[in-house]
Amino acid sequence: MTFSIPSNPLPRYLLQIADDQLVMGHRNSEWTGLGPILEEDIAFSSIAQDQVGHSLAFYEILHQTHGLDNPDQTAFNRPENGMLSSWLVEQTIGDYAFSLVRHWCYDQAVALRYESLAQIQDPNLQALAMKLRGEVKYHTFHAQTWMKSLLQGSEESRLRMLSALKEVWPLALGMFEAWPGETDLMQEPGSQGDPWYPGEKNLQNLWQTRAMESLASWGVEVEVLGLQRLEPVLGGRQGYHSEHLAPLLEEMTSVFRLDPQAEW
Amino acid sequence: MVNLEPTSPDAAQGLRGNIPQGLSVVLQRYWEVLDQVPDPEIPAISVVDLGIVTRLTVEEDGGVRVVLTPTFAGCPALRWMEKTVQEALLEAGAPSVDVQTTFENPWTSDRISEAGREKIRNFGLAPPPRRRPGCAGPDLEALALAACPRCGSQNTSMKSPFGPTLCRSLHYCFDCLEAFEQFKPL
Repeated sequence: MTFSIPSNPLPRYLLQIADDQLVMGHRNSEWTGLGPILEEDIAFSSIAQDQVGHSLAFYEILHQTHGLDNPDQTAFNRPENGMLSSWLVEQTIGDYAFSLVRHWCYDQAVALRYESLAQIQDPNLQALAMKLRGEVKYHTFHAQTWMKSLLQGSEESRLRMLSALKEVWPLALGMFEAWPGETDLMQEPGSQGDPWYPGEKNLQNLWQTRAMESLASWGVEVEVLGLQRLEPVLGGRQGYHSEHLAPLLEEMTSVFRLDPQAEW
Repeated sequence: MVNLEPTSPDAAQGLRGNIPQGLSVVLQRYWEVLDQVPDPEIPAISVVDLGIVTRLTVEEDGGVRVVLTPTFAGCPALRWMEKTVQEALLEAGAPSVDVQTTFENPWTSDRISEAGREKIRNFGLAPPPRRRPGCAGPDLEALALAACPRCGSQNTSMKSPFGPTLCRSLHYCFDCLEAFEQFKPL
């Protein structure tokens, strides 16, 4: 099982997006059958299904256009240090508050990435980003609705959400870790002539501004909570992971490894 | 009670379909064949009604090429639809069939034909609201305003944007006092 991380900036960036979606989708699918209410069970399962579908669409492009192995091999036959997903997505599901806050942080970031990718020159990637952006709108809508309800709900729900926010925040900042090739990609002109990819720092600022606005509108005192003082958890974009990824990969690839050449 | 009565062919007549106009006899026939291939999740409508067939061409050697586009990227029915499209065309006499799935003409719920929307309603689902001009992406405000497919009441409430399949949301009608589902706008 060997894998070399693409050296060109574009395929590397697409692989980061795909890996995040694959791992997030697998984690979210763990709520199937366990959701606190039936509708949430269905929501997390549907979101998981979308996310694995999104990863497939990117692995397919990486295969067709950038010379990576076919999607099954790329998704299921890679060593842990070849995975470029962030630490946020590989964490175990925790309680519902943790998973919900993670879902909110994560899908807001995905929406920003797709918005930017929809400005790329390549017509296939542009069409894909515009398509997937519409699907993610349902995710962010779902997350916003529940964040608001629970932050403005009972004393208990509010405290549990605030505690989850403090836990998730440093991991969420890690989604915007700098990666090799980033500055090159930032030079690439988009469909309107201007660069389409703003770089991780700018994405993070945009994400943080939007998140803080929402939190403030739900009555969260961000200053008191101390979110601004928290440091990002880094490593994922370089292939270094927490103790939670290896067991996930072990389980996720167990069927594939029974017969790696099987046609599905 | 869900009304599962099929739409009569007469009822669908006069409603705009998704088969292009002015086709050659051969192409017309192949489109009509595909118009009989049901969507596996909502069998009342065909893959043509659904608007996922974005291109159908016949090569010089008679081989048929079909391009499909997925409704939702994670749609688990996609491989099944590729297979049934291929089988239907082979059975109709095509010497060879090549089915590709791409995102180049991305699907939106506005691609569902008028006839298809009517069939969705008769199947017991609210059809997706059409996109308002200037609205990029799914119109989530319209999502909450679904009309009940049984009684037509707009006195309804959305319970969840996620339903039993990726393309359905959950709603409740305050007049029927029953739950219903909507085909989601995308």
